[in-house]
Amino acid sequence: MRTDLAVIGAGPAGLAAALAAAARGVRVTLVDAGPEAGGQFYRQPAAGLGARRPGALHHQWRTWKRLREGLDRHIAAGRIVHLADHHVWCVERRSGHAPGDFAVHALLGPEQNEPAVVRATAVLLATGGYERVLPFPGWTLPGVVTAGGAQAMLKGGLVVPGQRVVVAGTGPLLLPVATGLAAAGTTVAALVESADPRLLARQARGLAAEPGKAVEAAGYGVRLLRHRVRVLVRHTVVEAHGTGRLTGVTVASLDADGRVRAGTGRRIPCDSLAVGHGMLPHTELAETLGCRVDGGRVHVDEEQRTDVPGVWAAGEATGVGGAGLALAEGHLAGRSIAARLTGARPDEHGGKRAAASRAALRRFADALDHAYPPRAHWAEQVTDETVVCRCEEVRAGAVREAVRDLGAGDPRTVKLLTRAGMGWCQGRMCGPAVAGVAGCPETVTRRPFARPVPLGVLAREPGEGQV
Amino acid sequence: MNSLRLARSRPGPAFTVTFDGREIEALPGWTVAAALWAAGITSWRTTRHEGRPRGILCGIGVCFDCLVTVNDRPNQRACLVPARPGDVIRTQEGTGHAD
Repeated sequence: MRTDLAVIGAGPAGLAAALAAAARGVRVTLVDAGPEAGGQFYRQPAAGLGARRPGALHHQWRTWKRLREGLDRHIAAGRIVHLADHHVWCVERRSGHAPGDFAVHALLGPEQNEPAVVRATAVLLATGGYERVLPFPGWTLPGVVTAGGAQAMLKGGLVVPGQRVVVAGTGPLLLPVATGLAAAGTTVAALVESADPRLLARQARGLAAEPGKAVEAAGYGVRLLRHRVRVLVRHTVVEAHGTGRLTGVTVASLDADGRVRAGTGRRIPCDSLAVGHGMLPHTELAETLGCRVDGGRVHVDEEQRTDVPGVWAAGEATGVGGAGLALAEGHLAGRSIAARLTGARPDEHGGKRAAASRAALRRFADALDHAYPPRAHWAEQVTDETVVCRCEEVRAGAVREAVRDLGAGDPRTVKLLTRAGMGWCQGRMCGPAVAGVAGCPETVTRRPFARPVPLGVLAREPGEGQV
Repeated sequence: MNSLRLARSRPGPAFTVTFDGREIEALPGWTVAAALWAAGITSWRTTRHEGRPRGILCGIGVCFDCLVTVNDRPNQRACLVPARPGDVIRTQEGTGHAD
């Protein structure tokens, strides 16, 4: 299959870009891993569940309806082809061909056994993000899930992890997760946030740039009150308890430096814990393409272009900032692509509003970053017995030994000595944890394959003439 | 379930799958993980080295913690694979290739 523009990811950024480009005459192929468009933010209840109020668990549903209607219109007109259930594992720049010749390699369906290739002149990476979870004793117990995971299961399957849940960690995602689970009938035993609310107050100016967000936050506050959710700020979960599955957590209060205050621990019984410590961008495809990645974000210019000609990026992949920012960035990317593919410059005046919105939302995202810093000293709570790398079952003690006794000074050496980060997830889940426990800065890891690829698929990758 | 009520869900007819020989009900559209959660099951894998129980962590296909054996095929991500009528779901022991 051959197309002008391959958009990787059908979340807010990818959809906004696809609509903006298609409206300007670009033939778009939207390649997405989900069974339906929407990404994580607009993850839809599965069709078979017959939800007549699918927006009950969502925010900005009206925006979604507008995106969905636009997508349907362009699909009907043949301007957009939507490839669902396509898990992209590599975007290849085909050297030796004319500039602007990319091959998007995907695996089909949830089983991911069959390959598919899309050839495109331009590529937009709208690959979104996933959640960072830092380890603590007991975090591998069944019943401990990521906050975003609990939300994804609720939005997509209308199922909840248990009867009595604690929501914990740090960041703005915890609020909708707690209110969503409460609305779905789960008892939310506590919302445990490590950040100091005074940091939020200090960011008042940056946060005031988006008054609508303050209204949204107030709405969560009201719902937490209505569901009688206990909110503990400057607290953290120090341990999860149970054998075979979760039976409770111990939470403790934090001092001004972010250290656990001795003697403040108390136990909260629960059968599930939804925990998250912020979001991380998916940057593997960009890294393989050779795009510049700074501090874990794909670097882009004013038009959302990466430094690789023909490759644009938008949304969380370029820095975590939420759905509103992703929509603005996607829209600007779509306009830029439509213009650049015809050798023109994008009409700056037309994109003015989206550019202003992008600037305001980026300021807002920066303010949130300062209000919800990752908790300092979290690694002190990680006992030597705590598993850090879940796939390879590497304990914190082994990581510390690699640094202390074997001379490892960076995450890669720690990995070679301990296998931490060598498992199925390729270090996606444990990367920040291993670096933190080892006390070294995180480094960019190159993953030529963005997901595991069956050897059989590689063996029969279609040759020159077949794509 | 409250969440189904909240979304005013009118699912298609429920069907049966088995988990380690026990019959459980599933709704059309559910992943294997959703069906297991709805039946109150939170772990369906034991780890390769220490035999520890695992289930859902990330819920979006990134972490590979929720691997499970479905119809004799091991290493399926329960959070991605749809449940189908008659599916034989089994706890995956280690790599899933031992038996």
